[in-house]
Amino acid sequence: MNDTAQDKRKQPLGMLVGKLTGMAVLMFGFGYLLVPLYDKFCEVTGLGGRTGDAVVEQTLSGDVDYSRTVLVHFDANVNSSLPWEFRPTEVMMEVHPGKLYETTYFAHNRSDRPVVAQAVPSVAPGQASLYFNKTECFCFTEQMLRAGETQDMPVRFIVDPNLPDRVDMVTLSYIIYQNEEATAVLAAAD
Amino acid sequence: MSNATTANHDDHHDHHPTGLARWLFTTNHKEIGTLYLVFSLIMFLVGGAMALVIRAELFAPGLQLVNPEFFNQMTTMHALVMIFGAVMPAFVGLANWMIPMMIGGPDMALPRMNNWSFWILPFAFTILLSTLFMPSGAPASGWTLYPPLSLQGGNSLAFVILSIHLMGISSIMGAINVIATILNMRAPGMTLLRMPLFVWTWLITAFLLIAVMPVLAGAVTMLLTDRFFGTSFFDAAGGGDPVLYQHIFWFFGHPEVYILILPAFGIISEIIPTFSRKRLFGYTAMVYATATIAFLSFTVWAHHMFTVGMPLGAQLFFMYATMVIAVPTGVKIFNWISTMWRGSMTFETPMLFALGFLVMFTIGGLSGLMLAIVPADYQYHDSYFVVAHFHYVLVTGAVFAIMAGVYYWLPKWTGHMYDEKLGKIHFWWSTISVNVLFFPQHYLGLAGMPRRIPDYAIQFTEFNMISSIGGFAFGFAQLLFAYIVWKCVRGGAPATAQVWEGARGLEWTVPSPAPLHTFDTPPKVDDSVTAHKDELS
Repeated sequence: MNDTAQDKRKQPLGMLVGKLTGMAVLMFGFGYLLVPLYDKFCEVTGLGGRTGDAVVEQTLSGDVDYSRTVLVHFDANVNSSLPWEFRPTEVMMEVHPGKLYETTYFAHNRSDRPVVAQAVPSVAPGQASLYFNKTECFCFTEQMLRAGETQDMPVRFIVDPNLPDRVDMVTLSYIIYQNEEATAVLAAAD
Repeated sequence: MSNATTANHDDHHDHHPTGLARWLFTTNHKEIGTLYLVFSLIMFLVGGAMALVIRAELFAPGLQLVNPEFFNQMTTMHALVMIFGAVMPAFVGLANWMIPMMIGGPDMALPRMNNWSFWILPFAFTILLSTLFMPSGAPASGWTLYPPLSLQGGNSLAFVILSIHLMGISSIMGAINVIATILNMRAPGMTLLRMPLFVWTWLITAFLLIAVMPVLAGAVTMLLTDRFFGTSFFDAAGGGDPVLYQHIFWFFGHPEVYILILPAFGIISEIIPTFSRKRLFGYTAMVYATATIAFLSFTVWAHHMFTVGMPLGAQLFFMYATMVIAVPTGVKIFNWISTMWRGSMTFETPMLFALGFLVMFTIGGLSGLMLAIVPADYQYHDSYFVVAHFHYVLVTGAVFAIMAGVYYWLPKWTGHMYDEKLGKIHFWWSTISVNVLFFPQHYLGLAGMPRRIPDYAIQFTEFNMISSIGGFAFGFAQLLFAYIVWKCVRGGAPATAQVWEGARGLEWTVPSPAPLHTFDTPPKVDDSVTAHKDELS
């Protein structure tokens, strides 16, 4: 009845609806695409305090900048579902950029069963995070402590000499979480 | 233009179910428009009742009426019901009724999908409201559903997410229908730049809906799998990041606020020329300003999360991008004012609401500019200043525009004039009480009262009492609105086809009430019948 109203500039209804539906589906995918995009963005900018991946010691240049001192704070938080005590053995440390240092975090399983945990690191301020390199860190792997067991867990790190001049204090913070799945597997194996 | 009107089409539309089945199975754009508008009014009253629980609890410091957990459920549900249940369906209802008549088309392009878009909504909101009666209660983490808090509640989250998915599907189908109708159903001669501005703003809004509702669907699906299926999108313990949710949410959320206001701009652009008895000033500029606002809305989302932390460069970018939106918005405000300049103005109820919109939406826009300033935002963030800001743009902005539109087109829908005296009482009662309600909240926010908190320090008592009194007065004024609409449906002075002396456009060429089927034969359209013509071109 409205054939006369159709003219050439209008595309067939089915094709138009198909295109619009396709647009909605693509935007649903775009929502998920934001996840890896955000990850990449944080990796490039250091946003969210993410530290770089593990660095091999030999690849680091040997130049130590003794003229400069940076204060490194250590911080620890325990997720409420993890029955552990977890704290840095040293609260702060004065370091020279380019030199390798080692410190430890003290962990104690206060429960009467073995528990697996995983620590997530974060560095503040954000613009320093890309210059804080760890050669060894307990955060790279799952940590298991038997009932009542204690352990000093090592962190080896180098502050990159390229750290921006205006930064003279860096905080390394860990939150340690219970790894529910691995703990359950452990309990089942006993 | 008399050939545009239709007389009797019973010959080829003779299967008309009656009673409930008529409404369940209808594919007529006018009947579906009515369903949307009635549904929206019910949700407006439900969401308003929740707001009154909030204002009653905040009448005095301390905890009197409800426990904090229920208070948080009220703030969350109030927002979800008002945004997705009241304002958005009201705009879709107006689009259903008016767009085919405004462009000279016989109906919406996809009438069966239209029926489905509507009938999903009652189910979606039944599911959402049913969470109030579940053991773990309704969602209580704010309408933004930020993790980790939203993931720490009960299993009712699954129902909330399902209902948001249903609302999203309904909106997307509605948007596809609007675009298909506008692009394919226009009468010959109704070129794109002859379309009424309400049609233009809806075309742009529909594209925004298709672009961002799926992103919200993705965000809440990630919440669902994080909570119930062991993924770690937002769980730091598994390598996720809760801040990521805020970015995804506001990538949807900021265009969403323009979804809630662009059709309002369209309504105001219809009403002001009618009661100024002039054509709209700067029609083409209005179209481009609307498109610019829609485009810019994708580039400003992080201004909702300045205090979360981001690089300085990002803060500057989002601050300036946000402020740039004031330019096209200012174009619109000044064009409306220029339309009234030297017009023969009269002040019937629709015009009163449109003028109220103009003044009070601008107040909300200016407080928005204040919030865009990063260092100032650090103080205002999550305070009652923000609450005052978005209620000025959404209540005295979007809701006032919807009421203006309802008063404006009600005689066309029902064939009766509404009670003008009661309409004016409704306007003045609403306008005075809504300012008593929201203006003191600016001061509360500047003085440091946080939002979404059931208790407060005693120095905030007086302003909260004033605000609560305004809240109850505004709430009861809306019962008068419901009565005026009901009374107009039942009877009143007969309306002419044109209804308003200065009204122009195709919808005013059909009789009042508009017959079920209009423009089965397409009308001829040229500049003499369109509502708008750019006086500068």
